[in-house]
Amino acid sequence: MYQIIKQILNTGIKTEAPPQPDEALRVEAQNLQEEILRHLGSALAIRHVDAGSCNGCELEIHALNNAYYNIEGLGIHFVASPRHADMLLVTGPVSRHMEIALKRTYDATPDPKLVVAVGDCGCDGGIFGESYASCGKISNVIPVDIAVPGCPPTPIALLQGILTAVTGGVKKEKDSK
Amino acid sequence: MRLDEFPTKFPKLPGAMPIWHGTVDAEEFRNLCEQVARGGGKLVALWGSDELAHDAGYALHVSLVTALGMLCLTLPLSAERPSYPRISDLFPCANRMQRTAADMLGLHASGSNDRRKWLRHKSWPNTVHPLRKNFDGSTVFPTETDGYQFVTVTGDGVHEIPVGPVHAGTIEPGHFRFSIIGERVLRLEERLGYKHKGIEKLFERMNLEQGAKLAGRVSGDSTVAYAWAYAQAVESVTGTTPSPRALALRAVLLELERIHNHLGDLGYLGNDVALAFGFAQFWILKEDVLRLNGELFGHRYLMDKVVPGGVASDLDDKGCERIRLVFRHLEHGIKILKDIYDEHAGAQDRFLTTGKVSPDLAAQLGLTGLPGRASGQAWDLRAQFPCAPYDSLDVRMATHRNGDVAARVTVRFEEVLESMRLIRLIIDQLPAGELRTTVGDAPENALGLGWVEGWRGEILIALHTGKNNAIHRLHPHDPSWQNWPVLEHAIIGNIVPDFPLINKSFNLSYTGVDL
Repeated sequence: MYQIIKQILNTGIKTEAPPQPDEALRVEAQNLQEEILRHLGSALAIRHVDAGSCNGCELEIHALNNAYYNIEGLGIHFVASPRHADMLLVTGPVSRHMEIALKRTYDATPDPKLVVAVGDCGCDGGIFGESYASCGKISNVIPVDIAVPGCPPTPIALLQGILTAVTGGVKKEKDSK
Repeated sequence: MRLDEFPTKFPKLPGAMPIWHGTVDAEEFRNLCEQVARGGGKLVALWGSDELAHDAGYALHVSLVTALGMLCLTLPLSAERPSYPRISDLFPCANRMQRTAADMLGLHASGSNDRRKWLRHKSWPNTVHPLRKNFDGSTVFPTETDGYQFVTVTGDGVHEIPVGPVHAGTIEPGHFRFSIIGERVLRLEERLGYKHKGIEKLFERMNLEQGAKLAGRVSGDSTVAYAWAYAQAVESVTGTTPSPRALALRAVLLELERIHNHLGDLGYLGNDVALAFGFAQFWILKEDVLRLNGELFGHRYLMDKVVPGGVASDLDDKGCERIRLVFRHLEHGIKILKDIYDEHAGAQDRFLTTGKVSPDLAAQLGLTGLPGRASGQAWDLRAQFPCAPYDSLDVRMATHRNGDVAARVTVRFEEVLESMRLIRLIIDQLPAGELRTTVGDAPENALGLGWVEGWRGEILIALHTGKNNAIHRLHPHDPSWQNWPVLEHAIIGNIVPDFPLINKSFNLSYTGVDL
């Protein structure tokens, strides 16, 4: 136990400042109320779905949990079931063998929900494109709010995409007009 | 023919690795496979090809390993009756490869009693074989829900737990069917293929240059190993020899890939036994390596850095000094963490005797790569058939015999430290030479093989060339083909909650086998 505590103290705090949201990553106009986003943003539950990736994007999603990016420190955590999730973080391309599973996962996620498409393949099909075996980009199968390109996107880019998804909501005044 | 005669009877393929290729008839095919199996050799890969354009029906190819090197056999099959003698009785791991050859090309293993599909779910009908040349890869069929015949276990109190394809963690999709009594697993059956995205068909639309990028994305966590194997295959058919500097840099990249993957696994293995401290610590070290990769080579996972003819990035003296500095810090951290893991009663209690694969079972089932070395299977290409620069490095192979999670943890620790030793040796004497040698044209209808010891195990790329440097057929082979079926045995008798731990200790690729 002493060795563990000593190592924790020697390691210190590694966490770095998170990036700012970037509106350029938005695919669909934000349709959630600012108020809802504020709640989601302070305790966001993400369900990751690998819909057919090369496993490269998954490596960077794992890295979000390391001490440098410390995504949980921002109140964002990964959950084991879509039923517990506010957001789906989906890597692609969507293989045809995963098409039904992805749709079912989307349906199982309670409203209001957000979808972030991850990586070049998630954004536009990437090198795999569309074929007898691949549906291509995520938005060919389920609605997507934010798309984060990259092969794979860095943890900072992913974090930026996730933070963008929970900002810039439709203002209440707009509705009352 | 006696097996030991193959180096004199068959031509050796040009290139870095000891590989011989021969075309044989069905009887000789079976005879040589039997001799390899009897002599303790292994099956590395089995794949088929459509040779109708060459007026030659179809062909079935296997790669076998003996103490002398790799023996690759081609068995021509008729267009009317494309069947070949099964070898799954000799090499159990051939079962899924044979079923894949049936799905993808309609080649049938005669005598096989498992005729179920493997890679095909319900996205194309069973009359369609996507790797046949007369199939247009852009054809789309309506997707239906898949039905698959799992083996059912019956008896008092037996019930099933279906898991996946979407799993609880950040991992790749696949389906696991557990048959259990109470908490104990009686049987696990895997159903993979969910990530099938038509990689092999896609290669056939590319030329040798374009294929390099796709090869590096068969399994993103092993991008260097795949890219190097692909480069070896291209260099074999084009008669290219990269410079000593390029080869040295490739080894630096490959060992960096091994280090970051092993560090990540060591962290998750701690996490899976409720030692979250281990995850936090190892993932700091892993991130340090990824940042070093990004800083020195411009990509955190080193994608597209190994290219046919050489490498795409150089390493200067300043870069070497950065590696030495980061490694000093890394080695210090790893040694502290190893002591903590070794002394942690809770962790060791979960690691020891869990998910055991005895050396006998490992040999029988053909367990390969990292988990193989934890179960007494002393195979490591870098030590056995070392190509440059490994031939001058005297790689120390990690081998253990306990075959449990603890042994797979130990192999990772030893291999990380060994990879650091190798990189230091290489950068201390980085040879001169051009980064990328010009790659010439490839003859039509040539076969080139690339064979590299990635962090999971041996990666094979089998390349058949077409006209004008086009790819006629390409089969990328991941060691996970061999190891997935062994995982079904490793879990028997263990409790369900230990499955994530056992699975992580193997850390097999889904995309690498789903293709």
